[in-house]
Amino acid sequence: MSDSTSPLRRDDVAKVARLARLILTDEELDLFTVQLGQVLEHANDMNALNLADVAPTAHPYGLTNVMRDDIITPSLAPESFLSQAPDVQDGRFAVPRILGEAP
Amino acid sequence: MSQLPNGWEMVVGLEVHTELLTKSKLFCGCENHFGSEPNSNVCPVCLGLPGSLPVLNHEAVELGMRIGMALHCTIAPSTFHRKNYFYPDQSKDYQISQYDLPLNSGGYLDLPDGSRVGIERAHMEEDTGKTTHMGGSGRLAGAERSLVDYNRCGVPLVEIVSAPDIRSAAQARAYAAELRGILIATGASDGRMEEGSMRIDANVSVRKTGEPFGTRCEIKNLNSLRSLQRAIDYEALRQIDILEEGGRIRQETRHWDETAGETSTLRVKEDAEDYRYFRDPDLVDLAPSQEWQDAVRAALPAMPAERRAAVAAMVASPTSAQLDAIEVVVDLGLERFIHETVAQGGDAALAISRVANELASNVDQAQHLNVSAFVATVKMEQSGALSATQAKEILGVLMESGGDPVAIAAAKGYEQMSSDSLGAIVEELITANPDEWGRYRDGDDKLAGFFTGLVMKATQGKANGKAVVAELQARR
Amino acid sequence: MTTAVSIAHDVATGATTASAALESSLATIAERNGEINAFLYVDTDRARAMAASVDERIAAGETVGPLAGVPIAIKDNMCQIDVPTTCSSKILEGWRPPYNATVIDRLVAAGAIPVGKTNLDEFAMGSSTENSAFGATRNPLDVSRVPGGSSGGSAAAVAANMTPVSLGSDTGGSIRQPAALCGLVGLKPTYGLVSRYGLIAFASSLDQIGPFTTTVADTALLMEVMSGHDPMDSTSLPEPAPSLLAHVNEGVAGKRIGLVKELYEGSDAEVLESVRRAAETLREAGATIVELSMPELSLGLSAYYLIAPAEASSNLARFDGVRFGNRVNAPDVTAMMEATRTAGFGPEVKRRIMLGTYALSAGYFDAYYGQALKVRTLTIAAFQKAYAEVDLILGATTPGVAFPFGSKTKDPMAMYLNDVFTIPSNLAGDPAISVPFGTGEANLPIGVQLLGPGRSERALLAAARVLEIADGRA
Repeated sequence: MSDSTSPLRRDDVAKVARLARLILTDEELDLFTVQLGQVLEHANDMNALNLADVAPTAHPYGLTNVMRDDIITPSLAPESFLSQAPDVQDGRFAVPRILGEAP
Repeated sequence: MSQLPNGWEMVVGLEVHTELLTKSKLFCGCENHFGSEPNSNVCPVCLGLPGSLPVLNHEAVELGMRIGMALHCTIAPSTFHRKNYFYPDQSKDYQISQYDLPLNSGGYLDLPDGSRVGIERAHMEEDTGKTTHMGGSGRLAGAERSLVDYNRCGVPLVEIVSAPDIRSAAQARAYAAELRGILIATGASDGRMEEGSMRIDANVSVRKTGEPFGTRCEIKNLNSLRSLQRAIDYEALRQIDILEEGGRIRQETRHWDETAGETSTLRVKEDAEDYRYFRDPDLVDLAPSQEWQDAVRAALPAMPAERRAAVAAMVASPTSAQLDAIEVVVDLGLERFIHETVAQGGDAALAISRVANELASNVDQAQHLNVSAFVATVKMEQSGALSATQAKEILGVLMESGGDPVAIAAAKGYEQMSSDSLGAIVEELITANPDEWGRYRDGDDKLAGFFTGLVMKATQGKANGKAVVAELQARR
Repeated sequence: MTTAVSIAHDVATGATTASAALESSLATIAERNGEINAFLYVDTDRARAMAASVDERIAAGETVGPLAGVPIAIKDNMCQIDVPTTCSSKILEGWRPPYNATVIDRLVAAGAIPVGKTNLDEFAMGSSTENSAFGATRNPLDVSRVPGGSSGGSAAAVAANMTPVSLGSDTGGSIRQPAALCGLVGLKPTYGLVSRYGLIAFASSLDQIGPFTTTVADTALLMEVMSGHDPMDSTSLPEPAPSLLAHVNEGVAGKRIGLVKELYEGSDAEVLESVRRAAETLREAGATIVELSMPELSLGLSAYYLIAPAEASSNLARFDGVRFGNRVNAPDVTAMMEATRTAGFGPEVKRRIMLGTYALSAGYFDAYYGQALKVRTLTIAAFQKAYAEVDLILGATTPGVAFPFGSKTKDPMAMYLNDVFTIPSNLAGDPAISVPFGTGEANLPIGVQLLGPGRSERALLAAARVLEIADGRA
């Protein structure tokens, strides 16, 4: 399936899948390249505009400075969430070996 | 400043993360506490459960501003961004941090040696959980599985990024020490590197002086100021070796091994991780009012540099040894002893010496030492009622068990030697050492020390050094 | 059709009991849910206990809340303690939250009885509820057709008489569109009026929880209970819940109502006819109709389909198999996360995560996500300009009536185009309501849409009421 008209290349899509921690089949890679490409094509009408002087919107009603006081509130009883966890050991969440250091 | 060979210069920038001393976490009310049972201080928010939302801790912002002000930063309206990456200790698989609009930016830190290091930014962000690695040596590599505790997840951090202005490992260490003193002085942090409440990463590159910056490496796992200095020196030389052999520096993150005394590759940064920063839509912008900023500034305690200067001002022309002693005194937060001594008409230099030596030897005891008792002891030494040795003895007793210095002196039999008895002893020693006396009479002042030593031995340290010299000079 | 207002009244006066109202609801569910698949989970025992408790308190003469005894269905993307909450996804199948969404707490405090969790498009991504991992929901008015989405289950529950009211969420039209397709009143409130705490996020800057009802009065009653500042939600508006029920009959005399062409053009003929008649009805009721054009709105679809997936890609990262949900094991944690997410998410969710991740990624941010946020500013400005001239806006909710299953699933863009009239309100953060008005093909209901500026729920409900009366339903 040719994606030469798509703004998206197949290996862009493959890179994005890795970033998103998704494994796509070859068919899915092809399909997504086309489908995502269509959405992005549609977005070209947006890109044609010169919006250099327009500020992005943060909150639609301009709320600022929302904070809470530094007060301790009750934590969850560990059983309430550990009982829902896939793998627990010594009160901690267990995961298979971690291959790299944290960024 | 640099002791590197062949015209090489190191360029160093430091990133310091400090945990803030708030009661609760940055975005939720869970307790901010080190050492609790695993996963006992977590809630839907810091555990990243679906549907949870963050709400910013007011006190964390206050402490963040204090740090910024202490570092002479500009405080500006800021936003929170999401830094997106997958890792098991990151409960939402993104970290709420600050990106292009940080709370504090554009400051500086002056070091005791007079040099200035720029501060690019000091922004707020949340901490991650802690992972323990099972199997293997307990380190990440070779582990079979890992266990995650989210108690620390969501604890407030301030990340302080210096400009790449540092040019030696010693300067880096001085920067870290000074910054730590400032963080403690603001009340924002307890600066405990061993406990991880203050963490330092170093970015190191080398260049020939005047050339553009070289490729840098980031060094992690620096758990003390000493490691920081050693690691930077090692890394600079490692890079110079490579470059002198015609190689290239690979941009990477390296791990410092304290035992082996070397850095090793942790992660190659070829493919820079794409964090896809975007403004966190669950939070609103932060713009601390001028009123709030003014209140924080007004309440900012004196910083170590100011406090050192205040003590130094009490000594006419302080020597560099005295300045070092003052640094120790202020670093330990013990300058009140000197201020009180001077206020009561005592001698600053003597007080500085006693605090930097005797009190510094046991800081915990010193913190509980009665200031008036200290002042009284120093003044007794100053007047000659006590010899130096006796004064130190008494301070030791006061630190351990308190009491009244006059009573202690009496109990130990530290009476003032009468000038008659002192004079008699001096006469005996002059007679016993005619050659030395002759040379002293002829102008060799150094021999005053010789005779003073003998007098001290003869009196078991009870004589007052100044009084001895007076006796010698009177007989010259 | 019983309403929340009438049930609450009857329970309070003793004309009926909470338990009786609940049993009626449970019976209808038992009878019809097999076919309709509105409910994923019916919380029978707990609901009965809650109804019994309400009845006890009433018998003891205690004051109970304004919704005491009213059964309500909850879209399955809202956390309820110990009740399975799946977002219609395999990745969360079996998960029981350890905490309540704020809206649940408020409803329960008011005496309402949550009866169970309803079906949705997986993680609220869709317009037909065909994207659910647990089967589609059928439109009770014509079971060969979709109920709309993403809140299809909540709409169907009310349309099938299972509960008098239900909760949905609206990110790009997910309350209003199903309301239109099922003949219900569906309100998307002002952004921040109803707390999002406990709503499993799709697009944080667009999501709002809102009610499905059969009458405007019920919408007003539910909003009074649910809305108002929540300290657990930083985006929550600072003010308390507005007074709405007392004002639903204040009419539209003297109001200026804009008929915005971008909000109806391209619709089926019957939809256009409904919009035209609605304008006429409002004019007869004393409003002035002003024809308007807001060309900026046409950019909304593109902006939405970048902003929503971008935020979703980040919000859904936490589904990694570490702390909750269904894990697929693997030798290392990265492989485990990949396997877990690949097995757990359906194709539409994956598509949007991919789109969102791409829109945020280095090199593309400014062109896509960054640009979309600016289009959002333009949309808000366009509405502000319009509201300088008019008080409310009238348009269509959807271009057509409920469509048959499978008719739009081949091409995602075709499905996305369903949202063209509803998306602008989400982008602006403004409230909008769909009200049934007229019927179309195969006698299926048509919804017309009223939009208002921020915090204008009172005026919106009053205008909706005018249409409701004219449509002969209440």
